[in-house]
Amino acid sequence: MKVYADNAATTKMSPIAIKTMVKYMENVYGNPSSLHSVGQEAAEALSQARETIAKYLGCSPKEIYFTSGGSEADNQAIISAAEIGLRKGKKHIISTAFEHHAVLHTLDRLSKKGFEIELLPVDENGMIKPEQVADAIREDTCLVTIMYANNEIGTILPISEIGKICRENCVIFHTDAVQAAGHLHIDVEKENIDLLSLSAHKFHGPKGIGVLYARKSVPLTNLIDGGAQERGKRAGTENIPAIMSMASAFEEVCEKIDSNSDYLIPLRNKLIDGLLKVPHSALNGDKENRLPGNVSICFEGIEGESLLLLLDAKGVSASSGSACTSGSLDPSHVLLSIGRPHEIAHGSLRLSLCEYNTEEEIDYMIETVPQVVNYLRNISPLWKDKEKGRKEYILK
Amino acid sequence: MALYSEKVMDHFMNPRNLGEIENADGIGEVGNAKCGDIMKIYLKVDKNIITDVKFETFGCGSAIASSSMATEMIKGKSIDEALKLSNKAVAEALDGLPAHKMHCSVLAEEAIKAAVQDYYNKIGIDYNTEEFPNCETCGYCCGKH
Repeated sequence: MKVYADNAATTKMSPIAIKTMVKYMENVYGNPSSLHSVGQEAAEALSQARETIAKYLGCSPKEIYFTSGGSEADNQAIISAAEIGLRKGKKHIISTAFEHHAVLHTLDRLSKKGFEIELLPVDENGMIKPEQVADAIREDTCLVTIMYANNEIGTILPISEIGKICRENCVIFHTDAVQAAGHLHIDVEKENIDLLSLSAHKFHGPKGIGVLYARKSVPLTNLIDGGAQERGKRAGTENIPAIMSMASAFEEVCEKIDSNSDYLIPLRNKLIDGLLKVPHSALNGDKENRLPGNVSICFEGIEGESLLLLLDAKGVSASSGSACTSGSLDPSHVLLSIGRPHEIAHGSLRLSLCEYNTEEEIDYMIETVPQVVNYLRNISPLWKDKEKGRKEYILK
Repeated sequence: MALYSEKVMDHFMNPRNLGEIENADGIGEVGNAKCGDIMKIYLKVDKNIITDVKFETFGCGSAIASSSMATEMIKGKSIDEALKLSNKAVAEALDGLPAHKMHCSVLAEEAIKAAVQDYYNKIGIDYNTEEFPNCETCGYCCGKH
């Protein structure tokens, strides 16, 4: 059986997204900046896509900027807020320890330029309390940037409450909603969000396209200079097929947020419960405030990369936060941020589901994953030491 | 998966000499849980010849493949030959390892040397400690520092 369970990494494009993409490649090839009717047809399509995206985020189409994806949107949002802060002499930025690297590395760059970056610690369930943000805000705070939902452990953060606090304190609030968009109801107006990033390929759209929502009152700083596209804030001829495809995929998933959640949450919980039957394992992230498709579990005594390779051989595509899969010497900063020791973080497994996964696939994973974990434990000297009482178990 | 050579995948999926030797003549364990890899090698020695060797490994695909390949390369060989096995030779026998995985082959070399050292200690053979891994050569992989 083939099971694709890495939807937090990327998703399969939906039939409508592919159809729309091909349609615009074949028929609407004009440049929206051109005066002639071929170009104007593309311009008309572009404004339709902007309206569609705006409708599902609860903002004005004029507040939608198309970017190359979530990372660019995160970079531009943060750099723009920092520029605004700089003009007012405000150089304090609040974020969290477990943001995506698109946020953390942009903040690193700003810290080298004299900004003071305060990363709020997350608790053992991967949650932030709104009061932590309220307590951290100072006179010179120019930006709060906190993700909507975590990409590795799936926790959904209290964005409405944080947004309210930022609004009351007149601080710009950015949220990286790459994992949430199309999966959770978002309303930037109600939630007091000033800047929001999303990426099409996380909701069955194409890769290489995303959105930065920026409230009218927040002037953007260009990352790419050139033509007057995107109201002068992002140069480069618009990728019409990708934009149209993204809009069609977004419309489709946003219309189905409730039914997809109703379908996925029981499957997700079944998978979590099934895998937690493996002794000395633990769920990462909050059980309730959790993305409908996210399952993240640590298994003691084994290493994640070998787990992934063996699962791949059995047809299951998954991911892990072990050092060997993160491309560095340390395991995932997200797992370390919730207090997992290195040894335990090395044995992490993320299975991220979408509405295309079936109950048979869940059953297959509940059967397969424990087999592979047991095999790896049987060849692990670390596990043997624990079994024989020479070393203590860390997970109950 | 294109991450690894076919040889690495073969030794990972079908590891040779996997397991434990009861009453082994020499046991070597290197690495630590924090770094994500531990290798344990068991030797059975008869008249200076390694008659049997087994391994257990906690670690990534290349760590398991390196242990498997290294055990195959010293089985039936003399202790002196086993001590000459370099990490480079293990990596080459696997048709190469990605650059950031070379330390897995180093662990395999060190684990064999540690097992021989344990064998020497057990039967009371004198040896030059400089020829064996110490914490400096290992990069403090034991995690005891």
